[in-house]
Amino acid sequence: MRIEVDRDRCCGSGNCVLAAPEVFDQDEADGLVLLLRPAPPAEAADRVRRAADLCPAGAIHLT
Amino acid sequence: MTATAATDLPLWPPTNPDHGPFALLDEQERGRLDKPVTRVRLPTGATAWLVTRHADVRQLLRHPAFSANFEKPGFPLLRPLPPQSELERQGGFIRMDGDAHTRLRRMLTAEFMIKNVRRVEPLIQQTVDEALDALQAAGPPADLVEAFALPVPSMVICHLLGVPYADHGFFQARSRTLLDRTAPVERVRTEVGELRAYLRELALARHADAATDLISRLVRDRVATGELSVDELVGMALLLLVAGHETTANMIGLSALLLLREPGRLDALREDPDRAPALVEELLRYLSVVRTGLPRLAVDDVEIGGRLIRAGEGAIAVLSLANRDPEVFGTADEFDPYQQAHQHLAFGFGVHQCIGQPLARAELRIALVELARRFPGLRTTATPEQLSTRDTSVVFGLNRLPVTW
Repeated sequence: MRIEVDRDRCCGSGNCVLAAPEVFDQDEADGLVLLLRPAPPAEAADRVRRAADLCPAGAIHLT
Repeated sequence: MTATAATDLPLWPPTNPDHGPFALLDEQERGRLDKPVTRVRLPTGATAWLVTRHADVRQLLRHPAFSANFEKPGFPLLRPLPPQSELERQGGFIRMDGDAHTRLRRMLTAEFMIKNVRRVEPLIQQTVDEALDALQAAGPPADLVEAFALPVPSMVICHLLGVPYADHGFFQARSRTLLDRTAPVERVRTEVGELRAYLRELALARHADAATDLISRLVRDRVATGELSVDELVGMALLLLVAGHETTANMIGLSALLLLREPGRLDALREDPDRAPALVEELLRYLSVVRTGLPRLAVDDVEIGGRLIRAGEGAIAVLSLANRDPEVFGTADEFDPYQQAHQHLAFGFGVHQCIGQPLARAELRIALVELARRFPGLRTTATPEQLSTRDTSVVFGLNRLPVTW
């Protein structure tokens, strides 16, 4: 699984951090998404899918 | 559009409040309104599409074909818009689209991000502790709304913004008017004007200030640099002040009632406070305080739930009914503390989704855990059906919650 995030779309809701804190964080400066692990470990896959699903702005893309 | 006369259409929001605080619709209303997409009549006489299914509400609120701008002709308002000057509208980014919305929201996203709210948790804890100390000292009986549910989030948002809590009588009364869809428009205009004047005066007094509250920092970092006008700052502060206490206050009151309704629910929370985050999500889903939904105007033709919504038509995303969609939540009309409720839409969806949701979650969790811990014998002295509810407010809740212990 590969993750891409679109910071232009991000609205800083923090749902991704709530779902998968080992993969996503928020930038101290602007609160927008910070991708910690573009290739997350297999055991995080479900939480990453949840993060993408919950993102209100559609800013997380999985391939 | 059908040829049905508008007067034959069902009315939204429904007017029968006699079903208690936990049912969303009575049987008759359910038959007329609880369909995927229904044409409804609004109190203003306008018509709109009511959208109630989880997947459809998500699609609608994320779709670029819908505008959140109340000023656009044809916008599906639940009450007439008070006449407002250009200046009086500044900063209200909840009603803006596109870049105008992004510009203002992004000045606040860092403020409410999860790790910042974590830094605020000791303040929330202290506020909760002090409110419960006072409740204990005064002794039973008490009104839990007045003594706890309302003051806790109100004090917290005041502290964060730098608004003196001593003025709570002034801004709480005006917030209520602002959110009451049956309030006369002239009164709404007057009271919003008073709130803006109050916040403007606060902001202007902060120019030379070294204080660290949000209004002071926005004045120094954004207004002084010319990035933000004072009127925009006032509009943003107004939005945060109102949204920051009304929503969470009503959630705390309704949550307390729901937990008190069945023996054992408060005990379970006291014995296992680690369950609180999941419980809070289920409370958000089941109680969904923004019950009248989020109005939007289609600016392009778009299909939602198999129905073509044309440019110029209004649509209302009903968060509360979407949160009871059995396709997503199984026995959705039951409150189930073990429900996996993370997909709920209580904070909305799309780029306008509640910016303060980490704060709301933390306040609810700390308030309910401490209430359970400190008041093991807490019980309400009224049945849910006897309680007076806020039926004409954009944010649903209890007017009072009489308790004893």
